Amino acid sequence: MPDPLIEARHVEKYYAQEGDTRIQVIAPTDLAVYPDEILAVLGPSGSGKSTLLRMLTGLSAPSAGQVLWHGQPVVGPCENVSIVFQSFALFPWLTVLENVEAPLKARGVAAAERRTRGLKILDTVGLDGFEMAYPKELSGGMKQRVGFARALVVEPEVLFMDEPFSALDVLTAENLRGELLDLWSDKKLPTRAVFIVTHNIEEAVLLADRIVVLGKNPGRIRTDFHVSLPRPRDRKNPFFEQIVDRVYKVLTLPDQAPAVADIAAAGPANGSAATTKFQMLPHARPGGVSGLLEILADSTGREDIYKLADELAFEIDDLLPTVEAAAMLGFVTVSEGDVEITGAGRAFVESDVLQRKELFRTAALEHAVLIRQITRALEKKANHKLNDEFFHDILDEHFTEGETQLQLETAIVWGRFAELFDHDSNGKYFFTPEETAAAVNPES
Amino acid sequence: MPVSNVNSRQMWRARLQQRTWPVLIDLAVFAALLAVLGALAAVARYWFSAAVPAAEISRSPRALPLYAFYSLVRMATAYLLSLIFAVAYGYIATYSKRWQGVMLAILDILQSIPVLSFLPGVMLAMVALFPTRQMGVEFGSIILIFTGQVWNMAFSFYASLQAIPRELREASRVYRFSRLQTFLQLELPYGSIGLVWNSMVSVAGGWFFLMACEMFQLGKRDFRLPGLGSFLQSAASAGDTGAIIWGLVAMIAVIVLIDQLIWRPAIAWSDKFKFEQVESNAAPASGILNLLRRSPLLTRLRETVFTPLAERMYRHYAQHPAAQPEMPDAGQGTASPWRVAAGYASAVVLLMAIGYGVFEAFRTLRAVTSAELVVTVQAALATFLRVAVSLIIASAWAIPAGVAIGFHPRLARIAQPLAQIAASVPATALFPVILLGLISLGGGLGTGSILLMLLGTQWYILFNVIAGAIAIPSDLKEVADVFRFSTVQRWRTVILPGIYPYLITGLVTASGGAWNASIIAEYFHFKGTVLSTFGLGAQISSATDSGNFAVLLLSTMVMATFVVTVNRLLWRPLYRLGETRFRLEN
Repeated sequence: MPDPLIEARHVEKYYAQEGDTRIQVIAPTDLAVYPDEILAVLGPSGSGKSTLLRMLTGLSAPSAGQVLWHGQPVVGPCENVSIVFQSFALFPWLTVLENVEAPLKARGVAAAERRTRGLKILDTVGLDGFEMAYPKELSGGMKQRVGFARALVVEPEVLFMDEPFSALDVLTAENLRGELLDLWSDKKLPTRAVFIVTHNIEEAVLLADRIVVLGKNPGRIRTDFHVSLPRPRDRKNPFFEQIVDRVYKVLTLPDQAPAVADIAAAGPANGSAATTKFQMLPHARPGGVSGLLEILADSTGREDIYKLADELAFEIDDLLPTVEAAAMLGFVTVSEGDVEITGAGRAFVESDVLQRKELFRTAALEHAVLIRQITRALEKKANHKLNDEFFHDILDEHFTEGETQLQLETAIVWGRFAELFDHDSNGKYFFTPEETAAAVNPES
Repeated sequence: MPVSNVNSRQMWRARLQQRTWPVLIDLAVFAALLAVLGALAAVARYWFSAAVPAAEISRSPRALPLYAFYSLVRMATAYLLSLIFAVAYGYIATYSKRWQGVMLAILDILQSIPVLSFLPGVMLAMVALFPTRQMGVEFGSIILIFTGQVWNMAFSFYASLQAIPRELREASRVYRFSRLQTFLQLELPYGSIGLVWNSMVSVAGGWFFLMACEMFQLGKRDFRLPGLGSFLQSAASAGDTGAIIWGLVAMIAVIVLIDQLIWRPAIAWSDKFKFEQVESNAAPASGILNLLRRSPLLTRLRETVFTPLAERMYRHYAQHPAAQPEMPDAGQGTASPWRVAAGYASAVVLLMAIGYGVFEAFRTLRAVTSAELVVTVQAALATFLRVAVSLIIASAWAIPAGVAIGFHPRLARIAQPLAQIAASVPATALFPVILLGLISLGGGLGTGSILLMLLGTQWYILFNVIAGAIAIPSDLKEVADVFRFSTVQRWRTVILPGIYPYLITGLVTASGGAWNASIIAEYFHFKGTVLSTFGLGAQISSATDSGNFAVLLLSTMVMATFVVTVNRLLWRPLYRLGETRFRLEN
């Protein structure tokens, strides 16, 4: 095996909290990028794939461990890498050519040479004739072409791409992916390796020589394997489908790392959760869960998640949280990349709206720790009101600031649907509505 | 035959135009450059002439061109200083994590201090620095204008730097931009729109306080600098209506000229820095800017002088990678020991300076009697009431008018430019005229000062409301139409929530402006006497006049405390409410 171009050794990312606790975003991870490969990193949102990319490029320093570039430790942005950004990150006040020339300017390349190299690379990505246009005059696909040209003009050893196609419509993305692959296969890309972060499984299987799948909470590598399908790859090829299926299986496998400690066992009022891992609410809406259950009930009751996502034209980031939520509530079971509806799930589908709310309420109270905690805490208060900060304080020990916010937002949607509690966004407090207080605690 | 004849003649004429037009532009540019050089020489001669702190101010219209020129030079110098200071301050506050909090707090407080409170310190220092040259007095006046202009510009640039999208920052870092390149290609362009708009507001503020900055008393010393402001002031003092009108006309002419020659082109030019992904259809345009862009002389100048120079700088910085901005979240520990030492040393010096300042302030304040303290607080309350009343009156007419203009594009096309010209006429210049009217009606400055505050601040509310009304999506208006909302319902559910964030912005600016304006509105030299009314502004002005530094310091501190407190307790929560609840998101 050749020497790696970039190598991460035990890199991890965490945010230290007050006291001894810290929020682990990425667990200690080893990952190397080798020459002549397209490496795709797949993972659900929250698995830290973009953070990993930023640590490998030297944009962000790891909290521990180190990144080596040709065996040398990296401090600050690496010398010869480029990034293609999801949002394109073009300078709107510079013309296409000026945008592409900017990295060369930073390297002190003379004006004449800058121009020749800029025009040549614009030609390669198919932007001939657009050099004097401003980015805002271009379509999304054209903008990303400029992004590619700017990345390639410095002839980077490793071309990093952070979800480069996810801001584009399906057809444009397909077209750009194809052109990128053609350039790579024809050895026209002035780069030795490509590192692409994506949440689109098919995209990863279409492009990559090697796929790394990340798990979340904290982010870590779940699997790392080579894809030896010949190019060009065909989506309908059974081997292709097999690989996609395999990735789905890995992604839907229950988290095996530090098993989700059920603090339910320790009792809901127990606050010593700092050392155990806190259960994370999947960012799914009750409406989505109902929809999933209805689809399952209408079919045989068992579906391949990949097929399901394909039929619904969903990407994993959209479908997986819904599946996770349904599984958490005991409405479905997940195994081997298949999702199967349970008895409880069927009962849910066959109920009317009010009964559904009842079933959801029972399931959420039983299985969703955060929902239960909020409900119980509100019950204990005489006025059935609690400030946001109270829950922020609890969750901040386990999650980053943004994730805490998302957790609470999800809990609010669930709590409202289950009619367990409501939230006042002006006063920033949770409260139990009058009727609910009576319903949950009869005769009190 | 005749047809082709006409054609060829037309063609010939077109070609002649094509050839002569650039030459004409070049001649104009060349003449302008010559004029600037001449002006610089004149200014230098004037600045280095013997000091005449209290010039005899003529009231003849013939003096006006020269006076206008002097005022313009002062304004321009003060503005350039403000621009440089604002950019530097915003930049340092962004990159120096340690000083960030302190620097912002300082800005907040300085913003609330009226121009006159800086006067004694600045003037005495400058005169002491250049005792024999006119420069000292001139610099004093320039720095006074500067203190009225700079703070909001600094805030704006700082806020722009904070708002730069993360991925653009990352792009400039991963492509290894030097600090210089990051500044020129990312930070300055991103901040320029905010800077241009705030510059306009600032310069308008500069005109407002020009009279106060060009002519004042400091204890027994009289300062009079030849200029438009002092012309108007002395015309008012003498009650010379003819001179007042002449001065007004000259001032409006200068302001309109600057608007056309500088701000229009600047806005049109800065439009290219708008951070937008799609092209908007109505881009501002400026004929002057187009002419300048077409000038071959300027093009050649750029190609032969500026571009090679910039190239050389880029090359230099590219070869010195040390000039790269650091990683914001990297493990610190790269700071060299002498840098740390320098940091501590400067902190110690700063602390000593602050300590000395506080000590001196207390020594000055010892002269204040408790009776004076009570009077000052009462005066602050009186001014507070006036500010509140002027805001209410301004809102009462500006909200309906602004909504009407914003909802009717045809009305907007006529009303907006008119309102802009009206707004750019400094209210202070109108004071004498209004006072004449008030006195003939038998009114005094008590109510008159509210009117004067109103004149200066209502425009902020009007323009913001117009912008807010334009921003209300038309489908919301259509909902109101479809469901036949009553007028009250329409205002409560669509219009007021829709314009809310803009209205608050306008009110915040207007309230700050009104507090500052009180120093002029409550105390005015007129027809040989001083017209004044009870209030904090009057107290500051009279303390300056009589050189009573203890009272000046006290009232300044009270005013700063009032303004900052009102900002914290009233405006900021309201503003946040607008950011969260009344934000129109798609």
